[in-house]
This record gives sequence, C-alpha cells and structure tokens, in this order.
Amino acid sequence: MQRPNALDLRRALTPSASFWAWTGTEANLGDRLFHGAAALCAFGVVAALAGMGVEMIRASLSSIERFGLGFVTEVTWDPVRELFGAAPFIFGTIVSSLLALAIAVPVAVGVAIFLAELAPAWLRTPASFVVELLAAIPSVVYGLWGVFVLAPWLRDTVQPALAAALGFLPFFGGPARGFGMLAGGLILAIMILPTIASVSRDVMVAVPTSYREAALALGATRFETVQVAVLPHAKAGIVGAVILGLGRALGETMAVTMVIGNRAEISASLFAPAATLASVIANEYAEATSDLYLAALSELGLMLFAVTLILNIGARLLVGKVGRAAPGVRGG
Amino acid sequence: MMAVEASREAAPTPGSAGDTARSAEARAAATAPAVKMQTEALRAWFGAHEVLKAVSLSIPERRVTAVIGPSGCGKSTFIRCLNRMHEVVPGARSAGAVLLDGVDIFERGVDPVLVRRRVGMVFQRANPFPAMSIADNVLAGLRLNGVRPRHPEEVVERALAQAALWDEVKDILSRSGASLSGGQQQRLCIARTLALEPEVVLMDEPCSALDPIATARIEELIHELKDRYTIVIVTHNMQQAARVSDFTAFFYIGELVEHGETDALFTRPQKARTEDYITGRFG
Ligand SMILES: Nc1ncnc2c1ncn2[C@@H]1O[C@H](COP(=O)(O)OP(=O)(O)OP(=O)(O)O)[C@@H](O)[C@H]1O
Ligand SMILES: [Mg+2]
Repeated sequence: MQRPNALDLRRALTPSASFWAWTGTEANLGDRLFHGAAALCAFGVVAALAGMGVEMIRASLSSIERFGLGFVTEVTWDPVRELFGAAPFIFGTIVSSLLALAIAVPVAVGVAIFLAELAPAWLRTPASFVVELLAAIPSVVYGLWGVFVLAPWLRDTVQPALAAALGFLPFFGGPARGFGMLAGGLILAIMILPTIASVSRDVMVAVPTSYREAALALGATRFETVQVAVLPHAKAGIVGAVILGLGRALGETMAVTMVIGNRAEISASLFAPAATLASVIANEYAEATSDLYLAALSELGLMLFAVTLILNIGARLLVGKVGRAAPGVRGG
Repeated sequence: MMAVEASREAAPTPGSAGDTARSAEARAAATAPAVKMQTEALRAWFGAHEVLKAVSLSIPERRVTAVIGPSGCGKSTFIRCLNRMHEVVPGARSAGAVLLDGVDIFERGVDPVLVRRRVGMVFQRANPFPAMSIADNVLAGLRLNGVRPRHPEEVVERALAQAALWDEVKDILSRSGASLSGGQQQRLCIARTLALEPEVVLMDEPCSALDPIATARIEELIHELKDRYTIVIVTHNMQQAARVSDFTAFFYIGELVEHGETDALFTRPQKARTEDYITGRFG
C-alpha cells in the first residue's frame, strides 16, 4: 500500500538533480559510480512499472478482444453466463471516491490550516504526528472498525434520520442496511483524510513567512492571513494533495470491500450495496474459474492501474511545483 | 582599555537614554514635535535570549527617526515591537510599555490588529502578494480592514503616486505584483502600506536590496511623507540616516546607547561607542 507523503515527494525530485550532476564532467569517480547506480535503480523502477503494464494488458487480452469498448458501458456482470461489463464497478469507484472527497476535503483542509497556522506552537508537532500516524494504520483495521462500529451506526442512526429528513430524494431511498455505498464513501473519507491533511499542512508550512507577515502588518486577523497570504500560494499543492487522496480512494481495497456490500449494481441510492473496481477484483479473483473471467478481472485491474498512475503523477507534479517555488524559508 | 571604558559608558543607567531623548527634545522645542510613540523599558526575547534590554525611546510626531546599529543589535526587533509584530514569531515575547498617543499598545484588551492598522510596516525584503495584481496589492490592506472605497482606482493611483511608482505601472495595474523589479516591488509595498493611511510608518531597511537610483527615490519619498506621517526607519547606511532623519537612535547589543537629533548625534556623539560606530571603527 502506497502512502505518499511530502517526504516521498521530495525524494522523488532528487533523481533528476542527480542526473544533471551525473552528466557533469567535474564529478569524481566515486560520485559517478554512485550516480550511475542511482540512475540504474531509477530506470529499474520505471522498467518494472512498464513491465507490469505490459503483463496486465497481456492478461486481459481475451477480454479486450471479446468485449472491446463495450466493456466500459456494459452494466451486466454475470460470471455464470460469461457476460462481463465494468460499468457497475466504474460507477461504484467514482461515486464512492467522490463521496469520500466531498466529506474529507473540507475537513482535511481545515485540519491542515489548524496544524500549520492556528494551533499553539506546543501542539503543532504532536498533533501533526498523530495525523500522520492515522495514515499508517493498515486498511484492514479501518475495515474492521467499519464493520463493527460504522455500519451498525449508519444502519441504526444515520440512515433512518437521513431517510426521514431527505427520503424524497432518490439518494436516500431504500432500506437502511448500513453496509453499502454510504459506508464505503465514509470509510474512504476517513482513510484519505490524514493523507490530504498532512500533505496540505506541509505545503502550507512551505509558504514563506514574509507573506504572512505582510498580511498581518496590514491589519489582517490570523484567519484573514490564511485566506490572503497562505491559501493562494498553497492552492496548487492542496489540489495535488486532494488528487493523491483521490488516487488512494480509487485504489483502496480492503476496507471498502468489507463495508460496501459488494453487489454489481448501479443504484441511485447511497444506502444500496455497491462494488468498486478494487473490491470486485479482491472478492472474485480467487474463485474466477474461466480464462475469460480472469481476463475480465485483469482488465478491471488494468483500468485501475492506468487511472491511479496518471492521477499520482499529476498530483506529484503539482505538489512538487509548490515545494520548489517556495523553499521553506522561515523567520525574518 | 578602550573596550573597558566604552562598555562602562554604554552601561544602561536607566536614566541616561531618557535624558538624552529629553535634551534632544528640548533642543527641538522651537518646532515642538509632539511625542507620537514612546517605549518605556521595552524588553524583548526570542525564547530565553533577551535581545532588547530596557529600551526607552520617544518617537516624535511627523518626524523621521532613524534606528542604526551593528547587525544583530535588535533594530528589527525594536521596530517590530512598535506594531506588535514581534509577538507573531513563535517563542517571542516582550515586556515593558509602548505608548501610541499615550496608550499602551500592550495593555489588556488592545487588539493588535487595530494597532497594526495605525502603525504600518514596510519590510526589509519586498513582499508583495504574488497571487494578486498590482492594484489589488495596493487595496489589500483596505479590503482586509473591511473598507470598500467608492473609487478604488483613485485610492490606487494616489497611493502609487505617493510611492513614486504610478508612472511606471499605470498601464500594467492588472499584472501580478511579483512581475515588478525588486525596487518597484519595494515601492509597491510602500504604496500598500500608505493606502491604509496609517499614522506611523515603520521601515526596516527599505533600501537594502535597491540600487542607488531606487534608493534615492525612496529617500525623496520619505522626505515628502514626513509632512503627514511619523516615520521610523532602520538603516545600515549612515549617510542615509544623516540624509533622511531628524532624530537618530543608536542601538548596541540590545541597548539604546544614544538618541538625539541626527545632526548632533553625527557631529557630536556623546558616547565613545556611538563615535566608534559612526566613524566606522566597528560594526
Ligand atoms: N526569529 C528569530 N528567532 C530567534 N532569534 C532571533 C530571531 N530574529 C532575530 N533573532 C535574534 O535577535 C537578535 C536581534 O535581531 P534583530 O533582527 O532585531 O537584529 P537587527 O539589528 O535587525 O540586525 P540586522 O541589522 O542584521 O537586520 C539577534 O541576535 C538575532 O540572532
Ligand atoms: Mg534587521
């Protein structure tokens, strides 16, 4: 499980720097050997990634040939009749992830602002540490918590209340089961919150103090200072943090599988059980009996692989840009 | 031998700085500048490190007061206490009183935000908001204080003209503040401070990053501004202090060594340490 944080991002920036040093002529033999080895490792990682992509395409070939582009839009997933369509899982993945973002982003940005700007100095380090710890809890633990605490709470308290208040909306119709899209989205929100909060915090801390002081000296309150001097500079990095969170939500498997209900259906109701690309692979791979079934699951995996890869690259570029533009100079 | 004597002379007998200030004011009595700000036994710390030791200094209204002294002696810390910017640094604190029109700005219930509205500050390194246009930079202070000028263009033009920047930027007002040269950025920061019409303007080495031409413009500007504003300027440049200021305060390792009319201080310094510094023997 990949848990990106700002430290990884900074490390991710170094290969290009060492590449330039490596091509420089002034480097001595030891340096060149070291840079050569480092470059080899970097190329090795890229090669492994490419190899993985090729292998997944090969594994899904029979499904790609059989269903073509229709695979993406087909809503039936029926292993018995060997009819495979990815639409319910694409729907489940997108809706659960967007739900997670809608819940997590405001809270995470608030937490980041608190940690970077508002918390008393003695609280900042320990509180940031706790937030980072939350990101390191194995997802199966979140899943267990979801099964034993979250889902029953949703079933007995939240869903009846939502149905009573907003039951006329299709999103809150149907029986209150606890397990379903809402539980999946919520557990994802809780899981991506620490990632978004801690990366956003790092990005805000990197905003030069001189901007904050400029705002304060003009008579800004601390909250206005955040608005005027911090957020405009941290914006790109926060967007990057959100995309990292989204990447994690899209690919998250264990906890979601445990609470989402696992049914290949498209329903307007958030109370209804659903499934995601990741959860269906985890659930069905072991019992996939036919070659076509395996290939279809591989194709789901290929889609997930491509989307998360693109999102992560985009996010890293955004966060890296902020880090470079604002070397964390503090004090005046 | 010299050092011993000098340190004895610079020893902080609490009355000495005040006496110097009073006699300076007595001499200036012909023009009778009122006291705009006054510090009383002002002390400041970064953590356990005491960087200002009982500084008592009065700052006359509509005059330019220069603060000079060797690097690290507490000049920035001193002026940052005058608008309560010192306390925003983590671990920093202060003691003593700073009177603004006779009211202690550190008194309970005084809102630092309102103090900073009245006591503006220009920083050593130009820091316009890069995400804002030039015009928005000028208006930022007013907007932050909930003022919506009826004719914002006029406010922008007036402030930029006062800062001697209008002619250079009047056609590019919507460009980012960061697109200007260093000297222009510094004048933009001055305009941003003036747009708020503070009563006191604190400037921390405003020319340290500027070329001689931009420096001359800012000095000219200070001359013009002192009709309306009380100005405190930190500078490393003795000629500049002599050119722009009416009063000069000399700091040494956290203490106010000497304070008086600029002409007198530069021609007849009372303390050996001051003389050493202004003649370039140390610092
Ligand atoms: N943010 C800070 N944290 C801790 N100590 C600081 C900080 N800023 C300044 N100091 C210390 O306080 C003392 C006074 O610093 P200050 O910046 O007021 O000096 P200065 O006279 O303005 O110097 P310069 O002419 O170099 O700007 C110095 O000893 C410095 O090391
Ligand atoms: Mg300074």
